[in-house]
Amino acid sequence: MTDLTRLTAAELAEKIHSREVTSAQVTRAHLDRIAQVDGRVHAFLHVDTEGALAAAEAVDAELDKGAAPASPLAGVPLALKDVFVTKDVPTTCGSKMLEGWLPPYDSTVAARLRAAGVVILGKTNMDEFAMGSSTENSAYGPTRNPWDPDRIPGGSGGGSSASLAAFEAPLAIGTDTGGSIRQPGAVTGTVGAKPTYGGVSRYGLIAFSSSLDQGGPCARTVLDAALLHEAIAGHDPADATSIEAPVPRVVEAARAGAKGDLSGTRVGVVREFAGEGYQSGVSAAFDAAVEQLRALGAEVVEVSCPHFQYALAAYYLIAPSEASSNLARFDAMRYGLRTGDDGGASAEQVMAATREAGFGPEVKRRIMLGTFALSSGYYDAYYGQAQKVRTLIARDFAAAYEQVDVLVSPTTPTTAFKIGERVDDPMAMYLADLCTIPANLAGTAALSVPCGLSPDDGLPVGLQIMAPALADERMYRVGAAYESATEPLINRVPELGGEQ
Amino acid sequence: MTATLLDYDEVLERFDPVLGLEVHVELSTATKMFCGCSTAFGAEPNTQVCPVCLGLPGSLPVVNGAGVESAIRIGLALNCEIADWCRFARKNYFYPDQPKNFQTSQYDEPICFDGYLDVELSEGEIVRIGIERAHMEEDTGKMLHVGGATGRIHGADHSLLDYNRSGVPLIEIVTKPIEGAGARAPEVARAYVTALRDLVRSLGVSDVRMDQGSMRCDANVSLRPLGTETFGTRTETKNVNSLRSVQRAVRFEMCRQAAVLTDGGEIVQETRHFHETDGSTTAGRRKETSEDYRYFPEPDLVPIAPSHAWVERLRATLPEKPAEHRKRIQADWKLSDEELRDLVSAGAVELVEATVAAGADSEAARGWWVSYLLQQANTREIELAELPITPEHVARVIALVAGGELTTALARQVVDGVLAGEGEPDAVVEARGLKVVSDDSALTAAVDEALAAQPDVAEKIRGGKVAAAGAIVGAVMKATSGQADAKRVRELILERCGG
Repeated sequence: MTDLTRLTAAELAEKIHSREVTSAQVTRAHLDRIAQVDGRVHAFLHVDTEGALAAAEAVDAELDKGAAPASPLAGVPLALKDVFVTKDVPTTCGSKMLEGWLPPYDSTVAARLRAAGVVILGKTNMDEFAMGSSTENSAYGPTRNPWDPDRIPGGSGGGSSASLAAFEAPLAIGTDTGGSIRQPGAVTGTVGAKPTYGGVSRYGLIAFSSSLDQGGPCARTVLDAALLHEAIAGHDPADATSIEAPVPRVVEAARAGAKGDLSGTRVGVVREFAGEGYQSGVSAAFDAAVEQLRALGAEVVEVSCPHFQYALAAYYLIAPSEASSNLARFDAMRYGLRTGDDGGASAEQVMAATREAGFGPEVKRRIMLGTFALSSGYYDAYYGQAQKVRTLIARDFAAAYEQVDVLVSPTTPTTAFKIGERVDDPMAMYLADLCTIPANLAGTAALSVPCGLSPDDGLPVGLQIMAPALADERMYRVGAAYESATEPLINRVPELGGEQ
Repeated sequence: MTATLLDYDEVLERFDPVLGLEVHVELSTATKMFCGCSTAFGAEPNTQVCPVCLGLPGSLPVVNGAGVESAIRIGLALNCEIADWCRFARKNYFYPDQPKNFQTSQYDEPICFDGYLDVELSEGEIVRIGIERAHMEEDTGKMLHVGGATGRIHGADHSLLDYNRSGVPLIEIVTKPIEGAGARAPEVARAYVTALRDLVRSLGVSDVRMDQGSMRCDANVSLRPLGTETFGTRTETKNVNSLRSVQRAVRFEMCRQAAVLTDGGEIVQETRHFHETDGSTTAGRRKETSEDYRYFPEPDLVPIAPSHAWVERLRATLPEKPAEHRKRIQADWKLSDEELRDLVSAGAVELVEATVAAGADSEAARGWWVSYLLQQANTREIELAELPITPEHVARVIALVAGGELTTALARQVVDGVLAGEGEPDAVVEARGLKVVSDDSALTAAVDEALAAQPDVAEKIRGGKVAAAGAIVGAVMKATSGQADAKRVRELILERCGG
């Protein structure tokens, strides 16, 4: 029998809906795979075996009755980043602060997945409160990259992307504040999309930086990502920043792109994302990808986005500022960790002791950065200036999209680095998000697709395809075209072996 | 520790008070500012809560449109400009009654700004109070400190939290500095809060009950030497919860600060607590370094851009302005200037109107509210509106008097019964047996008895001295505990004496 864990989500859905296999069989196959390999990968923080099987059986029961599938992905399993709140299923956000917390409500994304008949296998590992680029900041230990267990799977959504590369799940959900979907996608040879800001509801997404956070799909193919994108996207009255506009037709675009014809498509190469700091193997893989796009008929031009050089600095003011406020609620008063409550301590002392004990070093660093940046007397110089940079970056994008349909760059300047290599050097760690941050600051859409292995270290490289706000379909079309012309990278992931 | 106070007249010989009043009005929208929970007062603790107003991880606010409308209507009634674009901001500080550890408020972009309110003092003079801003924000939860002697956090064993109030919409209305009020500063403060309360009540956007906390006043007071311009250091007396207290708190702070300054001391910038019992204030939190709230625009909410058309639609819903309103009732009820002033200063305008609306004659209604009921309120040291009697009750009492079923004396007893919580007027009449006796046979017997008891008086009446009948009427009234219909008694006396 076919190894069900090797199939794409689209293939699995087709088999489930035609009743060739049951959702329960597919779900069990993935749960077995998790049991077999996750000890080595550590992609999951919580596996909801019972809940997943019950959901799968419910889908099967409906289909057996002859009902139409609840959605194109009904019955397909998925790994959910632990930043999304799930009713009665542990949600930690990778932090000790929320260890053991059972949320009383479902995030909109989780609710939409359930309504679509998607089977949630469990919650995936992440950098604590989504702060990091390696998943090493998880309070529950790092996730390993299935391509090389000594290397990071990217972050903050390393668990979601690693679960795809390890064939533990065919689909996953991530969140992207500065690249946390795309960068893990790039370094694990998988696909990850950051939709237009406001395209996917943030209700129930534990906020890191409210104006930047965006949930999105992770998959092994562009079509699967598009299918998942449509399952979770769309206006949500519970999120005031959610866009009231039709969901971009990304599935249609992915199918159209797969025909491999990009004639008439104008592709812009961002001049600023090259040169010093870029691993030569990454640059080589990227150049080859650009040639491939040209071969598919695209018209390739170079464009300049002069303010992108300030993006990283602006990001590290805005994101920590918002985080310092968003994370204030973790104070031991209502839920989560409580430390130092010896009966004699004041509420303030308990709050301080709990925050000292419950937050990891990177979270503390960012809370302090943000608290400082928002302080009276510094606000204008830091937060205020950063907001101006944000406007300039949005203008750079707008000007570039006057000339081209999509922009491309390497997703990350380097391939996956070694676990531990950058933990003591925050700046080096922050540079991993150099190319992904501008799209977050501008609220525009971006996708990372696998773009071969770096010739110097044999590790996956990501091609970033960026599109204007509300034109997410463009990146799917270009991504699918590129994918159709290249050998599927995912088949070259080394076998993990498992506990033998 | 009791504060040293300077005599009020001496304060005014040396100092010029400057006031700033911050009033919080809790809106009576059906749901909270950023979620769908009920705002009803008095429910079991923590039963009107959801992930949003509990600040659970992942939850997000959504603006209550009715709250924005109320804010705009208050702003328009205060002659404010309405921002064509404004945002919410986060005010960051840690406190357990605030589930997100930031308050969603407005900072440098309030929805209403730069207005005024004309306030009438008891002498009839109008003072214009400048309005700096009126902005939207959310209320905190409530903390109950258990085990301490004072109910304050100091000395308490533990504290209980009730988040039912968390997220209830508030409008904070801030005055510009009120200068030049001099001796009348305490009165101006009270008159402003009174006028603001009446205005907000007339808009129907809040029940503005100071006793229930749906209207709360913080009074900023500073003194500067007479003839100088620079403001002195101010104190902020928090949560002054009645109109009378506003006046007392301002006066107390003037006398206290003057004593400190006269003694060569310095005023500490701090918040102060007001004590209802003796009208004093005591030091609270020090504010030497102004607290850094790290305000920044709330990224979870989109800006609010009220369209011109919307604002004009709301302007059209505003009720008559209090000053115009007063002119109209003065004409309608044919009041002298003095009568109108008494009515206004008693806080009785709306009560009388409601009583008239319930069917009473305006003169009778006014008579009840500005004399007997005002005395009752003064005795209890509460506002007229806080008396446990409704305009409908008063209208019913007036109807009973007009119909001859009660005398004025009996009517007062009925009102006393209502005030004592004995029920509606008719129930009090029933229970206390207060009906006028106009049954002739019963009255005739009482008249005969009285005439027999005072034969000399009876003789005078028979002899044509009709005025002498008054003594017999008095005796009959006494004998019937005031329940007799005095007019009928007089007729019967004259009949019996062959008149």
